Amino acid sequence: MNSENDNTEKTYWLDRPANVNKVVYALYAVCAMLVLADLLYHKHVHFDFEKWFGFFGFFGFVACVGLVLAAKVLGVLLKRDEDYYDE
Amino acid sequence: MMSNWPPGLILIIGALLLPLLRGRAQAAVFLMLPVLSAAHLLWFLPAGTSVEIDLFGYTLNPIHIDRLNLVWGYIFHIAAFVSALYALQVRDPLQHVSAMIYAGAAIGAVLAGDLITLFVYWELTAISSVFLIWARRSERSYRSGMRYLIIQVGSGVLLLSGILLHFRDTGSLGFTEAFYTLLPSDVDHLWLGLTSPGTQLIFIAFGIKAAFPLLHNWLTDAYPEATPSGTVFLSAFTTKLAIYALARGFPGTGILIYIGAVMTVFPIFFAIIENDLRRVLSYSLIDQLGFMVTGIGLANFVHHPLVAEMALNGTAGHAVAHILYKGLLFMTMGAVLMRTGTINGSELGGLYKSMPWTTAFCIIGAASISAFPLFSGFVTKSMIFYACAEQHLTEVWLVLLVASAGVFFYSGIKIPFLAFFAHDSGQRVKEAPWNMLLAMGVAAALCILIGVMPGPLYAILPFEVTYQPYTVMHVITQLQLLMWSALAFTVLMRTGIYPREIRSINLDSDWTYRKAFPAMIGAIRGVGQRVGDQLKGALTSHLKKLYEFLRQANESQEFFERNWSTSTMVFLATVLLVIYLLLYYL
Repeated sequence: MNSENDNTEKTYWLDRPANVNKVVYALYAVCAMLVLADLLYHKHVHFDFEKWFGFFGFFGFVACVGLVLAAKVLGVLLKRDEDYYDE
Repeated sequence: MMSNWPPGLILIIGALLLPLLRGRAQAAVFLMLPVLSAAHLLWFLPAGTSVEIDLFGYTLNPIHIDRLNLVWGYIFHIAAFVSALYALQVRDPLQHVSAMIYAGAAIGAVLAGDLITLFVYWELTAISSVFLIWARRSERSYRSGMRYLIIQVGSGVLLLSGILLHFRDTGSLGFTEAFYTLLPSDVDHLWLGLTSPGTQLIFIAFGIKAAFPLLHNWLTDAYPEATPSGTVFLSAFTTKLAIYALARGFPGTGILIYIGAVMTVFPIFFAIIENDLRRVLSYSLIDQLGFMVTGIGLANFVHHPLVAEMALNGTAGHAVAHILYKGLLFMTMGAVLMRTGTINGSELGGLYKSMPWTTAFCIIGAASISAFPLFSGFVTKSMIFYACAEQHLTEVWLVLLVASAGVFFYSGIKIPFLAFFAHDSGQRVKEAPWNMLLAMGVAAALCILIGVMPGPLYAILPFEVTYQPYTVMHVITQLQLLMWSALAFTVLMRTGIYPREIRSINLDSDWTYRKAFPAMIGAIRGVGQRVGDQLKGALTSHLKKLYEFLRQANESQEFFERNWSTSTMVFLATVLLVIYLLLYYL
């Protein structure tokens, strides 16, 4: 890319790290509010554990962390150079 | 007359005329073919149409339309139109022709009422679609397409063998009812419809095209190697044809619940560590198929007829939603590939600055596949969850929930994040061309429309829909699941635990036929060579000995050099003739 262009290019809102932090804090706030919302309505459930406070939020978090950690282990076993199959 | 005209044939015949046209005329006809074919379907082929013909003494049923396959008939036409719009600027008649034949074959296959017609179209989808991969015209795509073709045609061969065995067992070539209605059904519902070798072979043939675990690798191997628009076509038809075939032939076959559950989870691990973003989407395609396969397994009309209706509705509805959002995601990634020349997460980032529209459409596709409220996945996938809960399958339900969190995590966040945000790669490219943006816009609009107003989609599903997706609990719990998954992504990214994108590939089951088998064959050939050499040596030395013996016998002039009398020779010849006669009459 040509560097003159980069210098004159406008700065986007997300280019500032402070604004990225704002997005992240907003996400924290939304997550907290969603779990607290569990106190405000009655749950009609199929399984008892669905009634646990914030079940879906915590489940999602734990599931994703678990998936990534497992995938990292898998990556060690399965990763190869890009030209691995080149005959 | 027009109601006897097989659906899909307009596309196939029209496709063959395309090379005769040039420029705008070709583009216009290319775009109008799906519209014409859809009009034909809507006006002349309502649910209930059934056409039978006699061929060589067998009754075939090339057109059989009911509420189940009509859903696929509609969505395949929409997919063909949107994909054609996306491919409009491609100046490669080969791709246009193969894409239209492919779409026509898929439409013909889902609306067929007998197994022979299904088989013919089944193979035609394989043969026509491979050109969308080869059209990339690279050594890599050639090899990948070859593997794809072998596996796809192989699935057809299994299908035909299964059909013949099934015909021998039952005398039926029909494909309008589930197989278990023709077979003894007093089996454990896990194996419903799988009690004869014929149906077992058919099941495996369907399973290959539906990307069952370990049979899935043709998909993640070949789809990312096709052209930008080719992958959009590919993502719509082949696998969803297989889902239809399973829904028609094997509803309520319990084993499908577990096959589907495995399918929803295992691709996630590969998708998380994959660098090629179109390959990430191919893995997530498999996990979405997993939800549909589970839904088909849950459609047990023998024991839970009401839940079965909801499960099959969920499967059909999710197929519709899935074709749209998956096509949309592949369209956005195709645009990125076309503009930047790469699709590796490690080399992309910051493209929202130069491709804002594509970014917005990608986020809509991501929200739909993640089943955010107000987007299409939310109103379709939940029916499968509900059917699962109604049958009290706790473990399966939890696996599906993991997959739902996971799909947002790697498909909903990873794709838009790595391509359009993340660290700025410095690439400044042009926005996608107008026709691509329009195609993405249509698909995105449909994703939102289905999510906001599920009524019209529910109205075309096979059974009456009593399900209500928008309840306070469903909206809040789904948002909890998704936002906390996003939280996990953020935390893992910020702490550096999330695996970094590096240029690499990951081994999958294709390793068996790309590395292990060739190595094994090499080894066997080596062993064979050695054994052969030794045998040859042994044989030569024995022959030498025999020669030596004969030479000595000859020199001694006792046997071979003797003069035989004529009468002895006549006697010997007569003996031989008698032996021959005896053998003949035996």
